[in-house]
Amino acid sequence: MPKEYKTPMLDELEKGPWPSFVKEIKLAAKNSPMSNDLLGLLERSYNERIGHWKHGGIVGVMGYGGGVIGRYVDVPEDFPNISHFHTIRINQPSGWFYTSDALRTLCNIWEKRGSGLTNMHGSTGDIVFLGTKTDELEPIFSELTEAGFDLGGSGSDVRTPSCCVGPGRCEWACYDTLKLCYDITMRYQDELHRPAFPYKWKFKMSGCPNDCVASIARADISIIGTWKDDIRVDAEEIKNYDKAGMDIFNDVVLNCPAKCMKYDAKAKAIEINNDDCRHCMHCINAMPKALRPGTDTGAVVLIGSKAPIVEGALLSSVLIPFINLDDEDEREDFFDLIEEIQDVWCEEGKARERVGEFIQRVGMGNFLEAIGVEPIPEMVAYPRDNPYVFYEDYYDDEEEDE
Amino acid sequence: MPTFEHGEFKVEVDEDGFITDPEIWNEELATALATTEGVDEMTEEHWKLVNYLRNYYMQFGIAPMVRKLCKETGFPLKKVYEMFPSGPAKGACKVAGLPKPTGCV
Repeated sequence: MPKEYKTPMLDELEKGPWPSFVKEIKLAAKNSPMSNDLLGLLERSYNERIGHWKHGGIVGVMGYGGGVIGRYVDVPEDFPNISHFHTIRINQPSGWFYTSDALRTLCNIWEKRGSGLTNMHGSTGDIVFLGTKTDELEPIFSELTEAGFDLGGSGSDVRTPSCCVGPGRCEWACYDTLKLCYDITMRYQDELHRPAFPYKWKFKMSGCPNDCVASIARADISIIGTWKDDIRVDAEEIKNYDKAGMDIFNDVVLNCPAKCMKYDAKAKAIEINNDDCRHCMHCINAMPKALRPGTDTGAVVLIGSKAPIVEGALLSSVLIPFINLDDEDEREDFFDLIEEIQDVWCEEGKARERVGEFIQRVGMGNFLEAIGVEPIPEMVAYPRDNPYVFYEDYYDDEEEDE
Repeated sequence: MPTFEHGEFKVEVDEDGFITDPEIWNEELATALATTEGVDEMTEEHWKLVNYLRNYYMQFGIAPMVRKLCKETGFPLKKVYEMFPSGPAKGACKVAGLPKPTGCV
């Protein structure tokens, strides 16, 4: 009979109409002594206001350096069932599309060999299995392999690439995010499973500037769909939005950050100056039936974002303003550039320095020179915004040309 | 603290099997520790890697970055995993008697 823990503090977190992790752990605790001890440990931590997880276990499976994160409790004598409580990351399918059968297979493996608790999905995008013992790792790995799954990334490696649902479900997808995510995953298998970088490296793919996987805020390489030509306009549908009571002038036109739209209230017609459009998606999101991205589509590649850990948070900045990912040559050039960047960063980067921090330290100019990329205006957020920068050299060059 | 027992050896290790007192390390102990990491026989190449790690650790007080390790020993990463299937951090560092490398998850 498993030990029964009184959990008055945790019970508070079950109240209210929203989902509760306490409910889930209690449910799992009915069949899993690990989950039961987890309840007891958590209640104790809440009472003592001290965490009882030790940091920095090194466990894994043969052949891989990543994918499993070692976790131990510092009071194993009181909670023997969770003396080991390792986390396993599993590479999710592109866009998180599963069959019900695949989900059942995963859960069956995990209920047999772990706590039964999962996190679908972790922030990086992986399937996360929470809590197992060292002896179970190899059996879990082989059962997952048999079911067609593989471990994800952890530590200083290429983290499991993730993408939005892309053309699988979404009309805005400007390129095939699912395919690129799969291709990147396959291409960087070694780098994914065998950590050898200064720190983590994340690829994230979003099909349009709505950026549903928030790649611009947390991926070292953000690949965001965009278009080169004009926003497609269905004039009739604009009239319908007006008829339905939409305040097009205030809610769409005035909210345009580039102020590149005009609205003729009499004719119920929109005019867009596409040259000034910043591709923010606001007008398209507001009137999805009337406006659509153009047809000359591709992606913009950005570099260097990260969440705050060692240094503060960074957003990605433009590296390649437009790339057609269907074009074999452009794809190969893209991969060559990625590998060049990784080379420079691995050679010159400090331990635990993300590529964005590295660029800040050495300066964007030096970084671009090292990777052999010419600086271009698209890389600058506010060109010619700084009155202390002079353009004399630039003018001199021009005069010499003449 | 768990103990690692193998033949004549009975030494204190942490949960992950790393020896807690680097002073007690010797080649026999390394050979014994290697058996827990899928290394049946310590070849000349294994020793080259292990000795490199030990020397680096004694000089700088930390384990080298993986890329540096590959460059200076001349072993590509693939080869390192062939020798130590659980990888340089878990396998090779454990056999070399280094304290557990800390890394970000």
